Amino acid sequence: MSLVRIALAGEGGQGVQAIAEIMAEAAYENNQQALYIPNFGLEQRGGVSIAFIQFSDSRIGAPKFQKADIVVALSERAVARTKDYSGPETLFVYDSSFNIAPEDFPKVARKIIGIPAIDTSNEVLHPRVFNIIIMGAVIGMSHVVSFEDAKKALEHKLGYKFVQDPKLRELNYRALEMGKEMAEKALQEGVAQSV
Amino acid sequence: MPKVIGEAKKSFMTGNETAAWACLAAGADMMFGYPITPQNEIMHYWTRLAPRYGRGFLQTEDELSAGFTVCGAVQSGKKAFTATAGPGNVLMQEPFGMAEAMRLPLLAIIQQRGGPSSGTVVYSQQEVTLTTFGGNGEGMRIVYSTATHQEIYDYIIKGFNTAWQYRFPVFILGDGYQAKMREPLEIYDPEDRGIEMLKPYPLIGLEGEIGQSREPQHLCNIYSLEEELYEVVMKMAAEYESLQDSLVEYDEKNCDDADIIILSHGVVSRAAEDAMKILRTQGIKAGYFRPITLRPYPQQQLRNAIAKSGAKIILCAESAYGQLDRLTKQEIYGETIKMENLFMPGVGIIDYDIVDKVKSVI
Amino acid sequence: MSAIAPAMPKSWYVPSKPHKFCPGCGHGIVLKALGEAIDELGIQDQAIFGCDIGCSLLSWDFFAVDSTQTHHGRTTPVMVGIKRSRPELICIGYMGDGGGYSIGSQHLLNSAVRNEKVTLILVNNTNYGMTGGQMAPTTLPGQKTETSPYGRDPETTGYPTMGPEFIAALTSDSAYIARGTVSKYKQLKKYIRSALQNQISGNGFSFVEVLSTCPTNWRTNAQQTWNFLEDEMEKQFPVGELKNPLGKGEK
Repeated sequence: MSLVRIALAGEGGQGVQAIAEIMAEAAYENNQQALYIPNFGLEQRGGVSIAFIQFSDSRIGAPKFQKADIVVALSERAVARTKDYSGPETLFVYDSSFNIAPEDFPKVARKIIGIPAIDTSNEVLHPRVFNIIIMGAVIGMSHVVSFEDAKKALEHKLGYKFVQDPKLRELNYRALEMGKEMAEKALQEGVAQSV
Repeated sequence: MPKVIGEAKKSFMTGNETAAWACLAAGADMMFGYPITPQNEIMHYWTRLAPRYGRGFLQTEDELSAGFTVCGAVQSGKKAFTATAGPGNVLMQEPFGMAEAMRLPLLAIIQQRGGPSSGTVVYSQQEVTLTTFGGNGEGMRIVYSTATHQEIYDYIIKGFNTAWQYRFPVFILGDGYQAKMREPLEIYDPEDRGIEMLKPYPLIGLEGEIGQSREPQHLCNIYSLEEELYEVVMKMAAEYESLQDSLVEYDEKNCDDADIIILSHGVVSRAAEDAMKILRTQGIKAGYFRPITLRPYPQQQLRNAIAKSGAKIILCAESAYGQLDRLTKQEIYGETIKMENLFMPGVGIIDYDIVDKVKSVI
Repeated sequence: MSAIAPAMPKSWYVPSKPHKFCPGCGHGIVLKALGEAIDELGIQDQAIFGCDIGCSLLSWDFFAVDSTQTHHGRTTPVMVGIKRSRPELICIGYMGDGGGYSIGSQHLLNSAVRNEKVTLILVNNTNYGMTGGQMAPTTLPGQKTETSPYGRDPETTGYPTMGPEFIAALTSDSAYIARGTVSKYKQLKKYIRSALQNQISGNGFSFVEVLSTCPTNWRTNAQQTWNFLEDEMEKQFPVGELKNPLGKGEK
């Protein structure tokens, strides 16, 4: 796999750093090169949280990047904060529950894609697996780790919780699956933006 | 002392965690520290791990105290270290000066953050001048600028040995990106790699009865006469200079036929190497030179690279406004090669920043 | 030893004598008391003597004891670093009022709060002696110095730092805290001895401030010097023990 750069951005508590770490570790466990760095600033909580992740077959260079292959922005603020990471080759993903004004989207992108992750997690699954839907979507779009490796990584990270509540495993796997399907569908249907 | 790492193992961790493991594996006895971002997790991991291996920790009232407690611990014969950044590095120049003057083999991990002043808590390469030549002295220090987690691990282990072998303070110069990012590395027990860790020894608090089996030790760092100090500094300088050849480390790629040499250090050298490769595929003869030790600087090696390549330009790329550039110019004084620069103080540099700059100057 | 040789503590380092303090300076008296206390407690081989910058630095080779010199104000953390690394050593920090109460006050305060098991001896002569007689945190109201030539004005520069009192307020009952004076030698030696004993016993932080003389910068003759010490200084800085966890046995 050649280099894939992903920026995940959301509000504190949405769990973007957690899934960035899980995906990076999954890739690492699969003998890929992976590099993950969170943005960190003055505020411990309260700012937009961004995870920068890179995957590759060969050694990864600079830890941060200016243009991502995929940007996922999970709040209105996150869209504003990350639109500069979008370039001509970027899939820019946001949650379709937000009404983002056209002028607030990035000026340049390969595709701007809205996915109903928040609504799906609230109505169909459970709010706590929102970030796992996002993880599924990222995997569906980027194939940085295989679906099976992602499940293994989830098991590795959350296994102790699954033991207490086996239904949780099923919930997480379904979230992963639904996120992946959402992404694949959106990739087929998504309208190329020419803003 | 229980072995810290049994079998060598692949790990995926942050640079700060790597640093804590490396200090453990190197046999460090004590850490003294004061919170400052982005080095905090070195203390966090150390305070969790150290008690399991009988190692000590003290959170001091400030960086002055952290530096001076390290000086005391080293004098008493313990392998001691600290970690800091930015304004903390400024304060620690005072104890680092004492270490330089009294030849105390301390090790300090510097995770550079933005400056001047409080700057940012994130990242920069703006502590090069401070770390190499800080204090009211002559820069008699050994500074390793790391680029990967593997190097953080390797050079901390090496750094403790360098410090105790030569008794100059040793600095591991990282940065906020290296501190916070996760990437793979292999951690190992030094002895399994044939690295013998030097045992520390006390400078005061010696065995034996004073006046009977030994003389009292009087360690001094202030002199009545100019001539006394002159002797001390000149002796130290001569010793430091005699060690240059055995201390300098560098990395050089594709300089044999280079028209332009991309010069960088630390984490930026990752982008510099990628840029060099991209430029080569585009038919531009770019070379790559990276000092790993910033003190002492591999100046002869850089001069050789310039000479053999016949390059007409050096492009110095750094996340600072000319600190590596200035250091390099003073080290290779007399060379007539043109120096171009890509100064991006406090922000990261990617391969295409360098590629574009090279194309604009060549 | 010849009969006319002055009585010198065993723990003094003979090759560095006579010492280099000014005539009439109190440092020699403090260091004699410390030397005798070291001898009596039999800790010469385990003691680490650390001196500050200021006139106290002249004591760097005063003792036949392993010694280290530090920076101005930084003796306390160096002693703490040694003690934390080698608890079997008896660490004695020696400093002036500028080093302890001004530039190094954060170290003094925090090591007291942490109950660091070190012994600190702070010599208070109400001015910065080595640098030429500037105002110190301990300069008395109205006292003339090079940087308070019209007399210290508490309105603009505050009142003298009451070191043992503030340290007593910060420490637990296992700390030893006292203020002695070079004019009461036996009492001073007892305080220093207790401060060392408190460390040897592993109790905690031990601190002795010593009122001392500086005729060179005070520009006083012998009589005036002694009057200033015994009358002016003792009025401001009461002599006595503030905390003694060792009990009456040591008193």
